[in-house]
Amino acid sequence: MVTPTGITDPPTPQPIPDMPHYSPEEEVDSIYVAPNWKLVWWRFRKHRLAVGSTFIVILIAIVALLPGFFSTKDPHESVAADLLIPPQRLHFFDEGKLQLFVYAIEGARNPETLRMEWQTDYENKVLLRLFSQGYTYEILGPIETDIHLIGLIDSDSDEPFHLLGTDRLGRDQWSRLVYGTRTSLSIGLVAVLISTVLGIFLGGLSGYYGGTTDMIIQRLIELLQSLPAIPIWLALSAAMPRTWSVEQTYLAITVILALIGWTTLAREIRGRFLSLREEDFVVAAKLSGSKETRVVFRHMMPTMYSHISASVTLAIPVMIISETFLSFLGLGLRPPAISWGVLLQEAQNLQSIALAPWLLLPGLAVIITVLTMNIMGDGLRDAADPYSH
Amino acid sequence: MLQYIVKRLLLLPFLLVIFSIFAFIIIQAPPGDFVTSYIADLAASGSSVDQAQIDALRERYGLDQPMHIQYLKWMGRIVTGDLGFSLDWRKPIKELIAERLMLTVLLGLFTFVFTWLLAIPIGIISAVKQYSFLDYFFSVFNYFGVATPTFMTALILMWLAFSVFGVSITGLFSPEFVDAPWSMARAEDLLRHIWLPMIILGLDGTARLARIMRANLLDELNKPYVEMARAKGMSEWKLVIKYPVRLSLNPLVSTIGWYLPLIFSGSVIVATVLNLPTIGPMLLRSLTNQDMFLAGTIVMIYLFLAVIGTLISDILLAWLDPRIRMG
Repeated sequence: MVTPTGITDPPTPQPIPDMPHYSPEEEVDSIYVAPNWKLVWWRFRKHRLAVGSTFIVILIAIVALLPGFFSTKDPHESVAADLLIPPQRLHFFDEGKLQLFVYAIEGARNPETLRMEWQTDYENKVLLRLFSQGYTYEILGPIETDIHLIGLIDSDSDEPFHLLGTDRLGRDQWSRLVYGTRTSLSIGLVAVLISTVLGIFLGGLSGYYGGTTDMIIQRLIELLQSLPAIPIWLALSAAMPRTWSVEQTYLAITVILALIGWTTLAREIRGRFLSLREEDFVVAAKLSGSKETRVVFRHMMPTMYSHISASVTLAIPVMIISETFLSFLGLGLRPPAISWGVLLQEAQNLQSIALAPWLLLPGLAVIITVLTMNIMGDGLRDAADPYSH
Repeated sequence: MLQYIVKRLLLLPFLLVIFSIFAFIIIQAPPGDFVTSYIADLAASGSSVDQAQIDALRERYGLDQPMHIQYLKWMGRIVTGDLGFSLDWRKPIKELIAERLMLTVLLGLFTFVFTWLLAIPIGIISAVKQYSFLDYFFSVFNYFGVATPTFMTALILMWLAFSVFGVSITGLFSPEFVDAPWSMARAEDLLRHIWLPMIILGLDGTARLARIMRANLLDELNKPYVEMARAKGMSEWKLVIKYPVRLSLNPLVSTIGWYLPLIFSGSVIVATVLNLPTIGPMLLRSLTNQDMFLAGTIVMIYLFLAVIGTLISDILLAWLDPRIRMG
């Protein structure tokens, strides 16, 4: 069909093999003008598992942002009488009515083992409500509040209420898990940020200039990648002085994780730069007198954003697991800091797990987080680069 | 071929020197030296500290000298086979790690064989029967395998074995064999215990290896020569095993280079949880107790194992693929 101006109309869109999901109406106008991120989003949206995982990741991120709101007790408060209480199941209906409650729990000391043994008391219920008042905490910085997502109706009662039980010091595990989420997630994020900057910088140098620069950086990467990671991490973290504060160790751990983690991304970025260097639009930009920084940041980098974001998403879970490893072995974060690794340290040997299997629950949080982040990252990678397979 | 191997071997000492400097810097990083912690240790236990003895110790290990001299002295001793003395265990290091090192390598090799025996068939099945139930099953398995830290697997299995069967599955030997000299009975006892750490460590790598195998084989299966063979009436399984599988194994061989060191170093955590007599838990203890010569030796061993792993995979790859040894 030729319009009066002589410009041919776009041909009727055929279902594109790679994107069989587009309904023709949707794409007629949009597909030809859609920016790259929109194309990526359309492809990502069709990967249902990845979308579902993204929701879970967002939920976890919200918990990490507002740990005080989701916790039920002060995570550092230890109640000497409430040692190793098993998790109390949350009930939603009380005799057909909507009412949150847990059954009360009673402890008695076993006369032979002298250990506290907890029995659920099905006669008594501990009534709960949403948005209850509890201990005061700071939300998003300096604002103070005492509203919690869930808690006792009678905020003055000291009836035991522990969704995930307590540890051997009588601290509420659910609240500790929630605070640990903030630490573990942010360590992963910060470490990935550092390693992304390093990876882009060194990978970019390597790929853009080639030659000797490339040679040196590539050998460095090979050297770092052939190092056995875990013993090196252990040795580096053992070198941290014991006297350092929580913040200093936190920073040191992220740097250690980042220093070893940047190589994979650097390799990928280098490969991209190598292939882009010869592309027409890059040559054109150079020939028309653009400065080097402009060529790199204005012309080359934008083509890599989606790819980089996929790599970053896939790198975060690796960092989270690494932090868990380090803290679990006692060489990462140390109490009073709370992270998933620190929590799992409580479940380090058979005796503690046999006595209190619920101490393994923070491990479930690690598995769910890493699993959903990996699925989300895979979906993002497939959507960002449909030709990679 | 020979020329290629010689070239790789010549590179080896060079790499080891870089690595040893690295290990030395790491063990020197904590403030204070081990004589300081030794004195503190002695003072804490109430014994008097003899200044002459301290000076003798410092001089023997060259602790009063600048860094590079200390490094050269340490290297000199290692090359002549004197690994030094562990202050924490009060025993020569060589004596301490000999058996542990053997068990570490043995566990690593067992894990390696287990992983390959499991991963290759899984990879082949998931590629040939793509999108079948088994393929999905294995890919779900893979996601969980990657997401579960190895120590979690170890802890969960330990707990299950304890709560269901009432047995405690730690260590590599039954109590009566822990300190016994080597005998047939002891070796048998080892085999009876090694399977569990082998499975825990192996599952971690199996999923990943099977994925790589699957992707490689899928690439090969679409090539024209497969179509050709099929058109000529070759039976399907014979065809798959004879050509595409062999070709897709090639890139896998290059993964041995990083996979072997990964098993050795990855076993640190599982070995700590399961209380295995390997060098991993010893590294951890030496690091927390600032027993720096022991820690340095073990880090060196890990680095050495990594170099050997890379070397083996390079040689295997050159042997399998003529393009590499010619190029």
